[in-house]
Amino acid sequence: MRTLKFLLQKEFRQIFRDPAILRVIFVVPILQLLLLPWAADYEVRNIKLAIVDHDHSDYSRRLTSKVTASGYFQLDQYTDSYNTAYKEIEKDNADIIIVIPAHFENDLVHESEATVFFAINAINGVKAGLGSSYLQSIVRDFNSEVRDEWIQIPRFSPDINIDVRPNNWYNPLMNYKFFMVPGILVMLVTIVGSFLTSLNIVKEKEIGTIEQINVTPVKKYHFILGKLIPFWILGLLILTIGMFIAWLLYDIVPVGSFFTIYVFAAVYLLAVLGFGLLISTFSTSQQQAMLATFFLFMVFILLGGLYTPIESMPLWAQWFTRFNPVTYFIEVMRLVVLKGSSLSDISTHIGIVFLFAVMVNTWAVFSYRKRNA
Amino acid sequence: MIEQPIISAHQLTKRFGNFTAVNAISFEVQKGEIFGFLGANGAGKTTAMRMLCGLSIPTSGTATVAGFDVYKQTEKIKKNIGYMSQKFSLYEDLTVKENIRFYAGIYGKSDEFIKEKTNRLLKQLHLESEANKLVGSLPLGWKQKLAFSAAVFHEPQIVFLDEPTGGVDPVTRREFWNMIYEAAASGITVFVTTHYMDEAEYCNRVTIMVDGRIEALDTPSALKQTYHAATMNDVFLHLARKANRNGD
Repeated sequence: MRTLKFLLQKEFRQIFRDPAILRVIFVVPILQLLLLPWAADYEVRNIKLAIVDHDHSDYSRRLTSKVTASGYFQLDQYTDSYNTAYKEIEKDNADIIIVIPAHFENDLVHESEATVFFAINAINGVKAGLGSSYLQSIVRDFNSEVRDEWIQIPRFSPDINIDVRPNNWYNPLMNYKFFMVPGILVMLVTIVGSFLTSLNIVKEKEIGTIEQINVTPVKKYHFILGKLIPFWILGLLILTIGMFIAWLLYDIVPVGSFFTIYVFAAVYLLAVLGFGLLISTFSTSQQQAMLATFFLFMVFILLGGLYTPIESMPLWAQWFTRFNPVTYFIEVMRLVVLKGSSLSDISTHIGIVFLFAVMVNTWAVFSYRKRNA
Repeated sequence: MIEQPIISAHQLTKRFGNFTAVNAISFEVQKGEIFGFLGANGAGKTTAMRMLCGLSIPTSGTATVAGFDVYKQTEKIKKNIGYMSQKFSLYEDLTVKENIRFYAGIYGKSDEFIKEKTNRLLKQLHLESEANKLVGSLPLGWKQKLAFSAAVFHEPQIVFLDEPTGGVDPVTRREFWNMIYEAAASGITVFVTTHYMDEAEYCNRVTIMVDGRIEALDTPSALKQTYHAATMNDVFLHLARKANRNGD
């Protein structure tokens, strides 16, 4: 125990003397939480529109103003030539062309049927998909408006209407920030934890002090605990700072208890630090450690369900996410922050991540050698 | 009764793949001796020393250090030795005092021992005014003296020094050797590698390694006599010319 005290004392002195680490602890969480939630916005707005109106009728103008009034679209060009509009797409000034054919009004009034054509630039698939579905629902609305005006509604409507009234539980206003910010907090804790640990140990390898430690009677587990404990505390500190910023900027306060979050984070950090430790035992330079950590955690984070729902991944990737500690923390954060889940609700998550922690750390302790073959 | 040698090696060998870094060396070191390990770069000095310190597992042969086996009892060896590597290995971002306290602490020394001895040491090294400065800001000569002091601070039976005076000016080198003598006088056995031949003259006995083998082992004066040489430098050149290996 006394040995551990000396190791910890030394480690904390070095950490608090290193301006780079202090910057990482305080500046990175603020910047990430300030910038990322705005970038990771699922709502698509400002879709640029070119409208080719061959009809110039009352109805074609009504449709145009309905589309532009929706707030999702920005009218770039209102023309009567498809070629002009197409050029706008080529120049990237427009994302979608709506073509209103001649006799649109006439067909609609007299034949009760008219066609509208959309041409969509699908380079950005998300924008194209969402844009076309927004447009379709606007046109559907327009359709029923027109019908209401022209068709006498019979006492019993021949169309059976199902009125859908959604009730969004846990995030009633569908505020995507409530969904993203907890996930970004996870990313923050993960990246800082894994990088700091792996780089710190490899740095001692590079400057040669680790050999000096290896020639002392310091036990392997003392040395490893001496490295893990400080970064474990730092990880929890960063989580605290992050949650404070989430409250300050986005008014996000967990519905569940902070205690639940900290219990899970404590176990989770053991697993993440274990990965950092493992990488450091296999790396001989800080570059190697940096690249390996970067690669591993990029995969973990992209396949962790932060940006894209796991349910929409291919089966093999879904299978992989079960072996990804990041997945569990993102799930737990969202469960606790939005839904208010308690410790017993997430006990499976804790159990699995604890298993990861045990496995990775055992592996790391075995591959850390005080002497070379 | 003859005292047991504090280090004894028998046919100690280290191979890396096809390369034999240390080739069946045998020697004994008596308690309190200053034992010099000489050789060109790449002769196998550091590898031999790392095996004795328990940092590297020998390929074959046997050796005991402070009575403990280098295969099975390395952790016991580590309690009884001090080590100063070629690379400067104090923490540059800790102060002089903090470094000493750290290394003494992990050897299990008590707070009173550390406090009392640190003050004595700082006085001795004339470092009192630098005690709270970061080690990184000290000149190289002082760093080396400090590293040596840290290696013997916990009063080990043996101290291993791997080219401790590399890059150090002649005056500081002389002071450094005074510190080695003091350590030896207090009963610490000194095992030192060097390629400065004038330093070889300060040793009680020297070993000259060539291509992983021990070519000669005796007192400096006896070696000079055997090879009809005026200085250790001549002895070394005579033996080292046989080397086939290139320095690194």
